[in-house]
Amino acid sequence: MSAEAKVEELTMRTMNEAAGEGGRGLNYEENLLWEKERSDHPGVDLPEPEGMALRTGRPARETIGLPQVSEPQVVRHFVRLSTWNYSIDHGFFPLGSCTMKHNPRLNEKMARLPGFAHIHPLQPENTVQGALKLMYELQHWLAELTGLPGVCLSPAAGAHGELAGMMTIRRAHEAKGNGHKKVVLVPDSAHGTNPATAAICGYTIRTIKTSETGRLTLEAFKEALYAGQDDGGDVAGMMVTNPNTCGLFEREIIPIADLLHEAGGYFYCDGANFNALVGKIRPGAFGVDVMHINLHKTFSTPHGGGGPGSGPICVTEELAPYLPVPTITCENDTYRLQYEDEAGRPESLGRLRGFVGQFGMHVRALSYMMSHGADGLKQVAEDAVLNANYILSQLKDDYHVPYEGPCMHECLLTDKMQKDQGVTTLDIAKTLCERGYHPMTVYFPLVVNGAMLIEPTETESKDAIDRFITVMKEIAADTAAGDTDKFHAYPESTPRRRLDEVLAARQPVLNWKE
Amino acid sequence: MRYLPQTKESRKAMMDAVGVDSVDALYKDVPAQAFIDGLADLPMHMGELEVERKLSAYANENRAAPQGPFFLGAGVYYHHVPSTVDYVIQRSEFLTAYTPYQPEIAQGTLTAIFEFQTFIARLTGQDIANASLYDGATATAEAALMAMRVTRRNKICVANALHFDYRAVLKSYMGNHEGTEIFDGAPDEQTACVILQSPDFFGKPHAYEDWRKKCDETGALLVVVVNEIISLGLLPAPDCADIVCGEAQSIGLPMSFGGPHLGFFACKEKFLRQMPGRLCGQTLDADGKRGYVLTLNTREQHIRREKATSNICTNQGLCALAFTVHMALLGEDGFRRLARLNHEAACKLADALSAVDGVTVPGDSFFNEFVIELSKPSAEVVDALAARGIIAGYALDDRQLLVTATEMAQDADIKALAAALQDVLN
Repeated sequence: MSAEAKVEELTMRTMNEAAGEGGRGLNYEENLLWEKERSDHPGVDLPEPEGMALRTGRPARETIGLPQVSEPQVVRHFVRLSTWNYSIDHGFFPLGSCTMKHNPRLNEKMARLPGFAHIHPLQPENTVQGALKLMYELQHWLAELTGLPGVCLSPAAGAHGELAGMMTIRRAHEAKGNGHKKVVLVPDSAHGTNPATAAICGYTIRTIKTSETGRLTLEAFKEALYAGQDDGGDVAGMMVTNPNTCGLFEREIIPIADLLHEAGGYFYCDGANFNALVGKIRPGAFGVDVMHINLHKTFSTPHGGGGPGSGPICVTEELAPYLPVPTITCENDTYRLQYEDEAGRPESLGRLRGFVGQFGMHVRALSYMMSHGADGLKQVAEDAVLNANYILSQLKDDYHVPYEGPCMHECLLTDKMQKDQGVTTLDIAKTLCERGYHPMTVYFPLVVNGAMLIEPTETESKDAIDRFITVMKEIAADTAAGDTDKFHAYPESTPRRRLDEVLAARQPVLNWKE
Repeated sequence: MRYLPQTKESRKAMMDAVGVDSVDALYKDVPAQAFIDGLADLPMHMGELEVERKLSAYANENRAAPQGPFFLGAGVYYHHVPSTVDYVIQRSEFLTAYTPYQPEIAQGTLTAIFEFQTFIARLTGQDIANASLYDGATATAEAALMAMRVTRRNKICVANALHFDYRAVLKSYMGNHEGTEIFDGAPDEQTACVILQSPDFFGKPHAYEDWRKKCDETGALLVVVVNEIISLGLLPAPDCADIVCGEAQSIGLPMSFGGPHLGFFACKEKFLRQMPGRLCGQTLDADGKRGYVLTLNTREQHIRREKATSNICTNQGLCALAFTVHMALLGEDGFRRLARLNHEAACKLADALSAVDGVTVPGDSFFNEFVIELSKPSAEVVDALAARGIIAGYALDDRQLLVTATEMAQDADIKALAAALQDVLN
């Protein structure tokens, strides 16, 4: 049935009736909270209000329309829902560019210490010295690891860090009288957030074309740099991910950064792929001026099904005055929050988030850094890179490898060798779901067709990686043998089979209605 | 090295398979000058016990809310979180899952987001809600940006006392758009939206109707900001607004020194395609069973790149789950009762403080926080009370103090604050 026909036929009632009934074995069905029988009491016991006269100056609200169930029902509801999720604690999660590594439980325990969980950001500073010290120390770790001494922890996620970083660059240009610089160079292989961020900061995007080696060349870079003005005078900066989104280190990064700097531009490095470098390579030493760090990638804070993330930014000394507020300083063993006032950083671009940032994530990240130490973090990078190269070496005869290695912490394959048999990257991804794996990142980067970007991370054993390789080889072998029908039907054993995304977009149903 | 499964032997076997003698050979594209010489100037690895000792010592240097009377709010609130909430969000399947891009194996997260969106839409009286944003401050800035897209105007009117951090973030975000202006007062014909916080920063609830009328007259959108979401259990729903956004930390989340918290965003259905952030929608699977997917992502950065409505690519997933679990436990009656209990605690606080010499309680309408006037500078009073183990509130300019009472404030705490103020002020 076409999506249009489905839209015609479906009413909310029939959609709700399509909720599964019963279940089989350990595979449970579960209806929504609003579909449960309404209890006459809630799942919390609160004291009876005294019935004091209202002093709100407003009429009291009538019915809201919320469900009502007891505590055991709530627990069962969410535990059943949880069984429909795949997670890193379940198994291999080779999602390229996302760094799905083990999330240590120690970090969770630390963030829940009452002295961290139950403190308020507006308490007197002398009552939160331990929290400020922790943040100060995290700033130091990040500065040391990146080689970029100015650190602001406040951005709430990677994309928010990008925004903070690009606004820092913009602020610096304005302060130096270079407000006319309006172009940001972005490779065609970049994450979508890069051009989106630059555009939000009021910049025009000029694309740098990736070469047939999957990397930037000095030639292509020059072409973009000088496309507007002979001296690149209109270029405010570039946003480059390094290692790039093809999993490759940009060999010509130093001459590229030099030319950019000569033209008065700043180098923003997307830190999504820092896991390949941590403890081993300093981005500040290959020309980076600004970089965000995803604490939820490199530093193991949990992805939580889509956040909370945390995206601190690290900058050169030259750019530090323009960073967002607040930042943490220390004088005579006393830690203070630094703001935009005269005593602080009057040249700052201002505030980008309420309060001090995702503090709970700062605790988790520092707990992880301390656990690994300088020696462990270096081993993290090396194991991540070795694991990815091992996968590449084992699958290079079964899948098309668009760019020559060695790769860094992730390897890029495509479906070119399978496509003629009608098996696409999407089919391969859905087959992995059927076989008990989370798929790799698919159809990204956009510079190759049918991309499959595989990032094993350092927290997988060789045994786990070998089993994944075996499954990937079986898919390739069955495809080559023409045994392909099953791939289009997968997944079959998951809580839901392929979902109709067109239907969801054509007839948006975004909350529960009777 | 407890987090690393590879052994000397397995590393050797993999290097042999790759065909290199050392891992450094894999880094051959990296310029020599970028390598850290030896190890970074940082401590070496530590065991779990050592880390725990060190970080516990840091935590113990902080004065935590459960240690004594606590009356600070101002946008972040100290509430009780049922133990079930933390148990559920620490389940591996929720905690260690990725963004639900592969919906067949992420129905747990997606279903919970769908329920979250339903809770927010109902609480705010709006048609639709997104899957959450970073925090109340960024949600407010996103609302202003959305109003600018919808109206193609570039002036933002702040109607009343907006939280100072929200205002600062709004100013930074607006700074990226040339010709924008933020002003106080009433909307004119160039105004994209009116931002009305209720309860406002000083704790006073506002009526929406007059502002609705002013917006209708000028074509501006009405944005209602709520940073104490529990107030929606007692105050009228802002259903006449075009956008309702703010902070939902009060439900399910600890204060955690300011984050991670939970920005929420709801609006009228007609603005759906201009909305920022992730959306989860209902659909059917290949067997005709109901399921959920992230939808309408053609608004988002990974498809639209520089033409996206926003650069956001995450929500506050786990925080939204904590909210959803807590709301499920509270239910209709529990949520409304919790709102009442907050208001009654504040009423008791107002009565107790009115009786203190040197304190006046000028306001007569509030939800769970209000401003008092002191006979001495409030910053000094806050410090003096902190030294006595009482977190008294947020010192505003000069002699004003913003005090908050939630269900956590016991009668004894209120008495202790009143007695300490009596002492410090006289």
